[in-house]
Amino acid sequence: MKPTHHFQAERIVAGYENKTVIHGVDIVIPSHQISVIIGSNGCGKSTLLKTLARLIKPASGTITLDGKPLNKISPKQLARVVGLLPQSPIVPEGITVTDLVGRGRFPHQSLFGNWSNKDYAAVAEAMETMKITEFANHNIDELSGGQRQRVWIAMALAQETDILFLDEPTTFLDITYQVEILDLLTDLNRKSGTTIVMVLHDINLSARYADHIVALHEGRLVAEGTPSEVVTSTLVKDIFGLDCTVIEDPVSGSPMVVPKGRYHVNV
Amino acid sequence: MSNSSGTGTGRLKSHVPNRFVLVMVLCLVLLALCVCASLAFGSRPLRFHELMDGLFRQDVDSYTANIVRKRISRTVFSLLCGAALGVSGALMQSVTRNPIADPSILGVNMGASLFVVCGIAFWSISTANQYIWLALAGSAITAVFVFGIGSMGRGGATPIKLVLAGAATSAALGSLITAIMIPRSYVMDQFRFWQVGSVGSASWSGIGTFVPFLLVGLLIGFLVAPALNALALGDDTATGLGVRTGKLRFIAALAGVLLCGATTALAGPIGFIGLLSTHVIRLILGPDLRFVIPMSAIAGAIILTIADVGGRLIGSPGELEVGVVTAFIGAPILIIVAMRSKVRSL
Repeated sequence: MKPTHHFQAERIVAGYENKTVIHGVDIVIPSHQISVIIGSNGCGKSTLLKTLARLIKPASGTITLDGKPLNKISPKQLARVVGLLPQSPIVPEGITVTDLVGRGRFPHQSLFGNWSNKDYAAVAEAMETMKITEFANHNIDELSGGQRQRVWIAMALAQETDILFLDEPTTFLDITYQVEILDLLTDLNRKSGTTIVMVLHDINLSARYADHIVALHEGRLVAEGTPSEVVTSTLVKDIFGLDCTVIEDPVSGSPMVVPKGRYHVNV
Repeated sequence: MSNSSGTGTGRLKSHVPNRFVLVMVLCLVLLALCVCASLAFGSRPLRFHELMDGLFRQDVDSYTANIVRKRISRTVFSLLCGAALGVSGALMQSVTRNPIADPSILGVNMGASLFVVCGIAFWSISTANQYIWLALAGSAITAVFVFGIGSMGRGGATPIKLVLAGAATSAALGSLITAIMIPRSYVMDQFRFWQVGSVGSASWSGIGTFVPFLLVGLLIGFLVAPALNALALGDDTATGLGVRTGKLRFIAALAGVLLCGATTALAGPIGFIGLLSTHVIRLILGPDLRFVIPMSAIAGAIILTIADVGGRLIGSPGELEVGVVTAFIGAPILIIVAMRSKVRSL
């Protein structure tokens, strides 16, 4: 089981050159849980994740890991505890699955990047967890979208961090692969206790897979808690501007949003 | 855990590229052949015993023995220049994540040229040291300038914008160089050979000045390779892996400019070696920079030496400067790579 960490952000203000996107967010990441950040397009959920994962420097506010500000921890040391899978990483031409997954070992390696037995073991285990061992020597270009995404997550797993941030890991995937990826991430969370924080687009999948949901609206945190506490028709109306009925998901028992448009509404 | 590591260790040896040992051996054999060819062939054909006299008998002071001795320094110099340009190209490609970055395409060596020409024309510089420092300044400034222009506008430093910025800068610097040279016929000769790119004028003292720069550049190049591997996955991924991307780019670019600038200072602007060597190596070994960077040094040394020998044979009884030869081989390769990179950048 991975060690427990206290990851906290206080009064975060962040954004891009001339546009503030996050207006003072306080958040504590629950250890060993799956947290999902939801919100409409442009509400700043991706920006918040990027700020937490140190891709964006906050204009003000502090982010701490076990009480220590992130900018006081050396990047390589931090990368052994906090990992990140960005939304659109770049695939170097001609790279094999093993090579790509192995690059996740960077923060653990010495100056010359030689592979130790621990590196081999971590890479093998990450590929096993993501069920891509059979593709080990394949070129990434030969894989399907869902398989590729599993390779990327395996790269992040090989980093062996206790906390893992993922920016929309299921976007552009068919529903089958979305569920597959979320199942694999749940495996990871349950087996090794990895804390997972991700941005997801699909509110129903979020409600099903999250232990903890964070709802953002216009750069502010508007609700936080378990899916059944957060996902209500009022909240959906507030942050998405959508009328809906929230029912119980017949499969998982989690809340499920059934949208009401202008057509096909019979009740 | 112990189980998966046990099976994994056996299966995952492949992080060392397939055929790496074979390629390494082949490269070393090729390198040895190049050295032999470079010593044996030239505008003046030599008999075997003349070659041996020049190589191994210090007491023989014949005309042909001196030709051979001249060829030794020339060969050493071309190997070193090739290695420097190969690694410089690999570094610049990684820093810009752009498959066609090469000192000559980005105009960096023209910047070095301009500074050296100014040095020759205005301050009558003559020592290797002065050449090198001026060339380093010139290439550094040009690199910053070209990357700056090339990253303006939408999409950052795309391959095509960088090439355009590099080509335009090269042309502008080239005409400046001509403008400075034409009214000064007295420095024309000192300059003329150097300008096309030639390893023929290498002296041992020049090589001695060059080697420290080469070593520093190569060492930095090898040390940043693992971090550049992370950078190849995108800036965000690299940051997540604990890389300080800004600092890494600065150090790697500095090493690239150092290698290119020092080479240009002594050999003149030799083009395309970085492009050719890295693409050949990447094609054979894949994209892992821990292998690509060192092997590009060897490939660069081989290609430049072959080009130099080829230039001597083609141009006989005179010789064709190596810069002309590499431009002839490199230009078509550049076109092919640039066309392919529309689909995919590094």
